Amino acid sequence: MSEKEMQVQRKKEVQQAGEPTKPERYFVPAVDIYESEDAVHLRAEMPGVDKDGVEINLENDTLTIKGFKSANGGNEERVLLREFETGHYLRRFTMAETIDQNKIEATMADGLLTLVLPKVEPARPRKIEVKSAA
Amino acid sequence: MAIMRFYDQPVFRNPWADFERMRKEFDTLFRGLGSEAARGGATVFPALNVSEDQHNIYVRAEIPGVAAADLEVGVEGDTLTIKGERRGRELGDQVSCHRREIESGHFSRALTLPTRVNPEGVTAASKNGILLITLPKAEEVKPRKIKVKTS
Repeated sequence: MSEKEMQVQRKKEVQQAGEPTKPERYFVPAVDIYESEDAVHLRAEMPGVDKDGVEINLENDTLTIKGFKSANGGNEERVLLREFETGHYLRRFTMAETIDQNKIEATMADGLLTLVLPKVEPARPRKIEVKSAA
Repeated sequence: MAIMRFYDQPVFRNPWADFERMRKEFDTLFRGLGSEAARGGATVFPALNVSEDQHNIYVRAEIPGVAAADLEVGVEGDTLTIKGERRGRELGDQVSCHRREIESGHFSRALTLPTRVNPEGVTAASKNGILLITLPKAEEVKPRKIKVKTS
């Protein structure tokens, strides 16, 4: 691991078609996506969201991740320095793999969402042994 | 209302101050082309929000994926330090990465507090990836109401 200090990644706001009626802000959560032999793994950064505030939806090939932040008070306080904005999270992906909808697992810990999306059996690579006709 | 007390202007009146300000604004305009980074503030992780009320100073930081055990918060004089490490996840051999946007590694940040605090009463709590540090103000800097007597 390098000794380089971590940098802040600026939050990107979701570009929505049409204006939302409520004055709420949605941000794009940073994600890691990797694929193993039998599942697609996804991690998303959603600080301020507890496990009841997560909404995951897989429809056709579109995976939607939504995170609603819980109110954290602080309305009575005077702001001295503001380096990050708070809001909800929204991101959509088009899945190339066929996912077994019933076996999706999601866990939320320390503001980090972990999703395991198991692939449907036929999509898994299968080694076909070539027999020699001896 | 003072939003950013850290960058308050000096009190004396400089006749060139307005030109100076204009030059600075042009500088920022050309440097960042109006990007968010040009607004000032550090780019060292984690980003901080600082606010205050009558009794406390509150420092909030977004640190998703950092376990409380990997965090170190300290106060020395009027400097607050936040140190920690975000651990990356071990990936197996048979894995192909599609997206890597979440950084991992060490971080440390120091912040000069706007007022003096009582270091004994500082508390830090991490919830849902947001660290909240509550720093009680020192008795001598708390606002005190002074009664005006009539003679």
